[in-house]
Amino acid sequence: MRHIISVLMENEPGALSRVVGLFSQRGYNIESLTVAPTEDVTLSRLTVTTIGDDTVIEQITKQLNKLIDVVKLVDLTDGEHIERELMLIKIKAIGAQRTEVKRTCDIFRGQIVDVTPAMYTVQLTGTSDKLDAFIDAIGASAILEVVRSGVSGIARGERVLSV
Amino acid sequence: MGVTIARLPKLFTRRGSEVELLSGGEMIMRALKEEGVKIIFGYPGGAVLHIYDALYQQDAVEHILVRHEQAAVHAADGFARSTGEVGVSLVTSGPGATNAITGIATAYMDSIPLVVISGNVPSHLMGTDAFQETDMIGCCRPIVKHSFLVRSIAEIPSVMKKAFHIAKSGRPGPVVVDVPKDMTAPTEKRPFVYPETVKMRSYTPALKGHAGQIRKALDLLLEAKRPVIYAGGGVVLGNAAKELTAIAKRLGYPVTNTLMGLGAFPGSDDQFIGMLGMHGFYEANQAMHQADVIFAVGARFDDRVTNNPKKFCPNARIVHIDIDPASIQKTVQHIEVPLVGPVGPVLADMVEMLNQMAVEPDQNALSAWWETINGWREKHGLWTGDRFIRRDKIMPQDVIRTLYEVTKGEAFVCSDVGQHQMFAAQYYKYDQPRRWINSGGLGTMGFGLPAAMGVQLAHPDSPVAVVTGEGSIQMCIEELSTCTQYNMPVKIINLNNAALGMVKQWQDMQYGGRYAGSTYADSLPDFVKLAEAYGHVGMIVTDPSELKEKMEECFAMKDRVVFMDIYIDPDEHVYPMQIPTGSMKDMILSKTEPSN
Repeated sequence: MRHIISVLMENEPGALSRVVGLFSQRGYNIESLTVAPTEDVTLSRLTVTTIGDDTVIEQITKQLNKLIDVVKLVDLTDGEHIERELMLIKIKAIGAQRTEVKRTCDIFRGQIVDVTPAMYTVQLTGTSDKLDAFIDAIGASAILEVVRSGVSGIARGERVLSV
Repeated sequence: MGVTIARLPKLFTRRGSEVELLSGGEMIMRALKEEGVKIIFGYPGGAVLHIYDALYQQDAVEHILVRHEQAAVHAADGFARSTGEVGVSLVTSGPGATNAITGIATAYMDSIPLVVISGNVPSHLMGTDAFQETDMIGCCRPIVKHSFLVRSIAEIPSVMKKAFHIAKSGRPGPVVVDVPKDMTAPTEKRPFVYPETVKMRSYTPALKGHAGQIRKALDLLLEAKRPVIYAGGGVVLGNAAKELTAIAKRLGYPVTNTLMGLGAFPGSDDQFIGMLGMHGFYEANQAMHQADVIFAVGARFDDRVTNNPKKFCPNARIVHIDIDPASIQKTVQHIEVPLVGPVGPVLADMVEMLNQMAVEPDQNALSAWWETINGWREKHGLWTGDRFIRRDKIMPQDVIRTLYEVTKGEAFVCSDVGQHQMFAAQYYKYDQPRRWINSGGLGTMGFGLPAAMGVQLAHPDSPVAVVTGEGSIQMCIEELSTCTQYNMPVKIINLNNAALGMVKQWQDMQYGGRYAGSTYADSLPDFVKLAEAYGHVGMIVTDPSELKEKMEECFAMKDRVVFMDIYIDPDEHVYPMQIPTGSMKDMILSKTEPSN
């Protein structure tokens, strides 16, 4: 099953490599990974999506907690949560294709952020599933380039992950 | 660069005394002194010359010059294992650091508290592929509890304080402090105040067990009809042998120890049913398999213990105490009562709670259980008779038995890795913790001799035996020179079978006796001459009848290193042995009893 694990860790050099290294060392899977400092400059927030059964996920959270640089973590998929991913996608847009791409983009509530006579660059935000659906709708032959940010997530309601 | 003295806000400590200005090199030495370190093991080189110069100019810390950095770490490790204190090594950058890696990994796998200080090239050269540069933080990442790269001279005191704190608290482990050369320059002085305490928001190991879980654990333990206490290295590391013995005695349950736990419960006590696992005692493995309740204390259900985890102790309800939550339910899933905490305080709380409860163990069930266990012991126990066929050669089992007799069970036994290690675990009874020193997790050949140096320095008046083989001893044999320099009179018990015995045993059992890369009988050195070349005493033993006398002679030479080259039966295998992929109880008992 897919899990989104959100980690607060010390904003120290080397901290990220410890987390990433842990995953490869112990054979855990990383679907996506995002990391950036938080409002507190001494802390970074890392979000990793991973796939595994309950036993594997339990080990992942325990092993992450063991890392000295990890302050706190939560498995967001344990409760109600919001997940978002940002995608920038360059799409061939010539002739009749231009209106078709524009229409699909509107349906998915994407924004065209760059235009040339031959292509559009579309910015799209949503769950990973939504981004996948957009890619399917456009079709592989029209896609020039895809950049995805990886998943960021936050719990719904008043639950917070903080020190 | 750095903070100039004039701009520093305070030059006084909280106690009001004036702050000293020290170089980074001096700070490292002073931090070691503050931590109570008396001995470090190291090897100098370009990147650590400033630190060595600071070392030269102080007398709180003694330095032992090894002959290879791997040995510097093993020696610090042996020191730590035998004392419970943090072991310290100092190595230079590049090859010095990478040579230390095997030692660090060895300590990591067995949770040994170490601080390894490695030099690195000056900060401005890092990342340029400079001479003797290596990314030590990157190299050691998967095999350390934590690591620090020193980024300013001023942070050295707090980094050192944290390094020692992390190494020895919680589940112990090695910590690397990587120090670029410019951080230790004698011309760059900064105020030195050593922190008295350390607080890290991201690191707070448990200091006590959860009272509710302790209660649940006791309830389950008291329901047991066929209980086993399965105690591991955590009991030794947590200095909890006394507490373990107290609860085991209070309950009257049988105790088995893992390879790392030997000595956690007295080996010569009747309640001890021997080591368990791959080469464990018949009665221990049977008892585990038949148990209805298993009390796992500071043990991690290693694959060398459980055999096939899917078939592991199918009827057992399990209580598991461990300081490391990640050790619980890692390999064996059906843990009924997990209990996170340091074993000593948890066991002490358990005994106290037990004394307040009105319930006692089921004595009828327990005596029936003991009857069964004693039956197994009588039939196949390693200590109840000869479980091997004695031929006209010296049997390795007899060597260890003789060692036990000659040293009256009081020696520190430092083992290398292989058949001799298993014989030393099976046939020497360890009545105290920290007497059995071996690389259990990583299985590092070459560990024994350097580890014994650390043990001997920590216990100058105690007999220290290196139980080894002609394979393992040659992996760090250069340390015979270090033994000469610092007069460390270890006794080397070399079980010479002219082959890599454990490899050969597997090749006998599973590869049709095809000895690929496991023999070298024609090219072995003359160990007696070799020992003598280093200034030590060498002796050859080939006749079983002279074994005891020679060994007594060896241990009588209290202030000499003695190398006993003992020619043993080269065809002997280690038994019992679990059948791979089977359950705990599936064992081969000898060459002639294929299975039970």
